Amino acid sequence: MTANELSVLIFYTSNHAFRAEKLLKQAELACKLVPVPRHLGSECGVCLRLETATVESALALLKTGRVEIDRVEAYG
Amino acid sequence: MTAPSLLYLDNAATSWPKPPGVAAAMVRFMEEIGANPGRSGHRLSIEAGRMVESARESVCSLFNAPDPLRVVFGANVTEALNLALYGLLQPGDHVITTSMEHNSMMRPLRHLEREGVELTVLPCAPDGSLDPALVEPAIRRNTVLIAMIHASNVAGTLLPMAEVGRIARQHGLLMLVDTAATAGAVPIDMPASNIDLMAFTGHKALFGPTGTGGLVIGERVDPKRLQPLKRGGTGSRSEYEEQPEFLPDRFESGTLNAVGLAGLNAGIGWILERGVTAIQAELREKTQALIDGLMGIPGVQVHGTRDARRQTACVSFNMDGLSPSEAGFRLDEEFAIQVRIGLHCAPAAHRTLGTFPGGSVRFAPGLFTSMAEIERAITAVRSMAQ
Repeated sequence: MTANELSVLIFYTSNHAFRAEKLLKQAELACKLVPVPRHLGSECGVCLRLETATVESALALLKTGRVEIDRVEAYG
Repeated sequence: MTAPSLLYLDNAATSWPKPPGVAAAMVRFMEEIGANPGRSGHRLSIEAGRMVESARESVCSLFNAPDPLRVVFGANVTEALNLALYGLLQPGDHVITTSMEHNSMMRPLRHLEREGVELTVLPCAPDGSLDPALVEPAIRRNTVLIAMIHASNVAGTLLPMAEVGRIARQHGLLMLVDTAATAGAVPIDMPASNIDLMAFTGHKALFGPTGTGGLVIGERVDPKRLQPLKRGGTGSRSEYEEQPEFLPDRFESGTLNAVGLAGLNAGIGWILERGVTAIQAELREKTQALIDGLMGIPGVQVHGTRDARRQTACVSFNMDGLSPSEAGFRLDEEFAIQVRIGLHCAPAAHRTLGTFPGGSVRFAPGLFTSMAEIERAITAVRSMAQ
């Protein structure tokens, strides 16, 4: 597993993705809003891409912040 | 003789001017961002979506609400009240309201009454105030909601929102509050006042443009219990033809007034920097000066509490021998002072205050109204009274 392995957090709605980005950035956890990759679903809007190594911390932050996520997927 | 500058005293209808930065934020959005917030995946849509998220957070900061995703944006407070009332109430439910409401509350309630919802209208005193002791005896086994205005848009009278909220909570009822006249001008702590559904408008004391407002849905309200007012595209769960159940999408179909929200976000940001408590103090000073000045003029009746600590910056009055429409017309034509006259979309309030059906003249100074302008308004009324 390389240090740069990436995952995406997929949300039910972009509204949740924007909230999540805010919470993670406040905690200085690097992440980027990217279009939902086509093979991952027909969702409109954006998902949150981040290093796989930080996914667990991110999920904990989002749980505290009461932001629901749909699922986590590998990116690329 | 040079024409006098305009003296806008209709801030209760909409605030004007807005603070520095509000128009600029809207122009910046139009010229530099422009996109539909969040729905498309590109950088402009993302920038717009971040702005809307920021606007949700601003609303939460102002009202001490914990969850930005429970801020539902809409066109104005009327839409928010319609969502709360039509969304929640079923035939056979009982709802308690007051006799000082604006038609944005009363018209939906009277319509719902004809559809089988039971309604109790608590009688307020002639100065517009509500005795909280009237609430408990009105509660029935089928009461589900107390729905009330925070302050009158006619006489400015503040109603005891926190006290009524406490009673609602004690009896397991939900409380809906219309904050059109108070958000941004009077400190509001949503959880501390036990407000479950908080309807707000963006274009009055929140200093946003017209076409903004919304409903903050408190933690105790299960979103599934509120039927949406509109269904449509939400940019989510797009493979389904059913409305999503999660917030805020459940109640935000169609494209939001993004440029409006850019302005609202700037307006609330300006308020947060200054502090609502400081704003309230400044408004109280101007309001009391206005009340005192008008009360010193023979033939002028000032309605309501006449106490700036018990009302907002909204002063209704009548003059002997001059109807409100005549007075309003002369104020604009001869003195370049803009006011609202008549019934202010609140026939119930005017009945309570004793000014139905003729209505009143309403002076509504704002934060940017100077003391010199307050004096100018008093002088104008004095000269009309002679």
